[in-house]
Amino acid sequence: MEILKTYKIYIGGSFPRTESGRYYPLKSSRGETIANLCLSSRKDVRNAVVAARKAFGTWSEKTAFNRGQILYRIAEILEGRKGQFFEELIKQGIGRKAAEKEVQASIDCLVYYAGWADKYVAVASSVNPVSSNHFNFSTLEPMGVVGIIAPQESSLLGLVSMLIPALCGGNTAIVLASENLPLCAVTFAEVLHASDVPGGVVNLLTGSIHETAPVLAAHMDVNALVSEDIGELGKSLSIACVDNLKRYIQYSSGITQGLQEIIELQEVKTTWHPIEKIGGATSTY
Amino acid sequence: MSIPRDFNLLLSNLSIDKVGVEERVARFQTRSIKNEAKHQGLKMVLNMIDLTTLEGKDTPGKVRQMCYKAHHLHDTHSGIPSVAAVCVYPTMVGIAKEALKNTSVKVASVSTAFPAGQSSMEVKLTDTRLAVDRGADEIDMVISRGKFLAGEYAFVFDEIAAIKEACGPARLKVILETGELSTLDNVRKASEIAILAGADFIKTSTGKIQPAATMQVTYTMLMAIKDHYDKTGLMVGMKPAGGISTSKLALHNLVMVKEILGSAWLSNEWFRFGASSLANDVLMQLLKLESGRYQSSDYFTID
Amino acid sequence: MAKKKESPQGTEWNYSPSPESTTHVKLEKRYALFINNEWVAPSSKAYFPTLNPANETVISEIAWANDKDVDKAVRAARKAYQEVWSKLSGAERGKYLFRIARMMQEKSRELAVIESMDCGKPIRESRDIDIPLACNHFFYYAGWADKLEYAFPTKNPKPLGVAGQIIPWNFPLLMAAWKIAPALAAGNTVVLKPAETTSLTALKLAEIIKESGLPPGVVNIVTGHGDTGAAIVNHPDIDKIAFTGSTNVGKIIQRSVAGTHKKTTLELGGKSANIIFDDAPIDQAVEGIVNGIFFNQGHVCCAGSRLFVQENVAEEVIRKLKHRMESLYVGDPLDKNTDIGAINSKEQLDTINRYIKIGIEEGAEIHQSQCAIPSQGFFCRPTLFIGVSQSHTIAQEEIFGPVLSIQTFRTVDEVIQKANNTPYGLAAGVWTDKGSRIFNLTTQLKAGVVWANTYNKFDPVSPFGGYKESGFGREGGLHGLGAYLKLS
Repeated sequence: MEILKTYKIYIGGSFPRTESGRYYPLKSSRGETIANLCLSSRKDVRNAVVAARKAFGTWSEKTAFNRGQILYRIAEILEGRKGQFFEELIKQGIGRKAAEKEVQASIDCLVYYAGWADKYVAVASSVNPVSSNHFNFSTLEPMGVVGIIAPQESSLLGLVSMLIPALCGGNTAIVLASENLPLCAVTFAEVLHASDVPGGVVNLLTGSIHETAPVLAAHMDVNALVSEDIGELGKSLSIACVDNLKRYIQYSSGITQGLQEIIELQEVKTTWHPIEKIGGATSTY
Repeated sequence: MSIPRDFNLLLSNLSIDKVGVEERVARFQTRSIKNEAKHQGLKMVLNMIDLTTLEGKDTPGKVRQMCYKAHHLHDTHSGIPSVAAVCVYPTMVGIAKEALKNTSVKVASVSTAFPAGQSSMEVKLTDTRLAVDRGADEIDMVISRGKFLAGEYAFVFDEIAAIKEACGPARLKVILETGELSTLDNVRKASEIAILAGADFIKTSTGKIQPAATMQVTYTMLMAIKDHYDKTGLMVGMKPAGGISTSKLALHNLVMVKEILGSAWLSNEWFRFGASSLANDVLMQLLKLESGRYQSSDYFTID
Repeated sequence: MAKKKESPQGTEWNYSPSPESTTHVKLEKRYALFINNEWVAPSSKAYFPTLNPANETVISEIAWANDKDVDKAVRAARKAYQEVWSKLSGAERGKYLFRIARMMQEKSRELAVIESMDCGKPIRESRDIDIPLACNHFFYYAGWADKLEYAFPTKNPKPLGVAGQIIPWNFPLLMAAWKIAPALAAGNTVVLKPAETTSLTALKLAEIIKESGLPPGVVNIVTGHGDTGAAIVNHPDIDKIAFTGSTNVGKIIQRSVAGTHKKTTLELGGKSANIIFDDAPIDQAVEGIVNGIFFNQGHVCCAGSRLFVQENVAEEVIRKLKHRMESLYVGDPLDKNTDIGAINSKEQLDTINRYIKIGIEEGAEIHQSQCAIPSQGFFCRPTLFIGVSQSHTIAQEEIFGPVLSIQTFRTVDEVIQKANNTPYGLAAGVWTDKGSRIFNLTTQLKAGVVWANTYNKFDPVSPFGGYKESGFGREGGLHGLGAYLKLS
């Protein structure tokens, strides 16, 4: 007798069921129930945001090198659990080849951003030669708590390509998994849990994005929101984002990879400090 | 006065940001002094000058000529004040005193192995007494910059206090020689030491070292005087010396005095300019203001 | 000959009036809209007066653009974008900007005088800060026009199209420069709306632009009130909205463009913390406090309006600050010795006075400088509130006037928490002699600009912009270019 997996949500480093007690069944193409998933509620969103905010200090203050190591560690663990992801992808309706490709691309994506962690600041910062006796530089800082509405049509790679640049840049996240392809998301949360990612850095909810995304968009303690193009829902989310001027980044395609994906979730901070010049040509009569 | 082992405890150890001082000074320099304010200011400047000759080649003749100029700045024009004082070497004090008897012009003498101050306490005291005995109203001493930079603040303090004692009734101006102190933090610290040791005036420079009386340095010293006054209610005078040769710069110095210390310091009792060529520029500006014509140096005497 | 007697009492010495000459200033009685390098009467036929806030006299009349006028301007900008500007090489675009910068420099004194007349700011600031920075901003971005691929390597930077730009009344010409220069350098064309109380220098800039030979339609300036701004924001053929102003209006704009293709940058309000530690260079810190809150009558989005002083030096800092305030001259903006000019409008003065009343009612201790203020015009004395806590209204809301609220603190952690305890995140100041503490604070403070041992410094090369409700996007520097480019 096969032992079925219980898919739970992931908040603050633990795997609770939704506080609402609600679930929704995930059906295969033949109409069989594959699993029952948590239908997360607004309170789950709230709890996830609290956990993400709490984890932000720890995560953003880790050294860039350390964050890179942890991202690479995620890739290692994912590599070791490939099989599980193949099966889930296949259960959710794609072929073996495509599944292998998707998992491999996800691992590559992790390795790619692991390498960026201690480099993007150098590439995107500047020393600005102001016309006064001041040293002036602009550098990047993570925006903070980021809501991520994972792409709907990709169970694993979409989520990974949207989440990892946020983490790479020192943000913490609340991920709303693909509604119809949620299995890999929950299993990926288990990978994260096993990979030295501190609890709360990533929080993952399954359920209806039409129910949870508006709560996230309106939450006053969320700094940014990321999604693919989600049409009318996107428009209403962007209006909800205005209340605390949440940054809303909408990608036309859900799966992209590059430096810009990290920078979109960074604030530019510019610092000034005087330079004491002794004996040089300083202003005098 | 007994000195604590850690002399730093007596000092404020206030840090100074030089760039901030430069910005503040630049703002004083944007003050526009026009018309009546300029007229009044220029006369004030003349009356605050310590007309100075401090050269190896100084002779009684030269000193007598300068002393005459000190109270006859421009006799063809009425309402011109005399300068505050003349400033000479100790050997010239007697000459100057004689030349200036029955005038309000004071005689100041440098002392303490001016300008380097590299001599023993004994020599410095003798030097000072020589000047005082010959009738100097004011003594302009130099601090031991070497000792200061070596961190021997108590030594510097003791030396000033001893000279002060030797001055008797003469008022003591303490020259910090800021051009050798390198940083404004040092200028501030030296100002505090001089004030605590009994200086009646603190003075920027000997005139022998560049840079001399920059506005940044004068500003820093004025702030030290202000803080001392706020703490104790006691006034200390200020004398920028060296490099102030134009009316505009002199007026901007007065702007600083007015805005930092207030009108109480706007008299030669509390503020002086140590300068040799400033007076004629001020006279030319003053006459330009009154006549509307730009002036020529041919019409203003050199002594 | 009379010898002046020494006066141990000192001397009263007061500065004589020193007004900047206005004889070389050329102003029209009435200004039309600037569209396609032509002066176009508004289709509304409506004009409104612009006042000198220092004496409440009408300086000129300004056209009030409606939807039709805005549409005309957007069409002109679109046509210029498609037919001329986007086809021009970066080097050629840059030459136009260099030329405009030079022509602004030539006319800088006239621009400064007009700015002070229309805006109320002291001539010392318009002459030494606003206008030179505006010129330099054009000069700076001129050089970027043919080097965009160096700013964004491998990103194939492309212009967005037509930019609608709405600017505030606190730095009229400077904000116009901040908006127009990077937009043009990046290859966009522009429809700009100045604030209704301060349109004049933007219109003088239009004259310069016309004189420079910039192709028609590349820059269009439409004057008017809020409805004119709304017409720009809602125009379907605009690709980018850049707004500087209040957080409230910024939110209205952001809601309006939700679901459209329009990109936005918003530079909004602030309630910035200026933090003084006990080891700070105190005298320079006091100067920084003064620059932080009294610069431009406190009409500065990044004003250091929340002062945090470490408790063991609070008495000294406040004493020195009060003394320093007494040497600030409030009065005629055109007098070269004026430090604090006129409040920009009656409405703004009313707002400031309302907050001062709230501060008193909430029990904070008020201190105002003793200086005389003119009986005519809109003026406000430099004002401190002592004994303020984070919970006071005056410590939370942006006053946009010369009103400082002072709080004390004990520890580093405490002050970081309190400094960040605001929905805003534009700027912050830190004063300490200790380098490692500076870097701790500059890292922890959630603000787009952090001034350490200085305050309210601006430079074209230095990106400016906020976190959180202070807006998003950066203006100035390399990062400011990104706001006007499509990156692949």
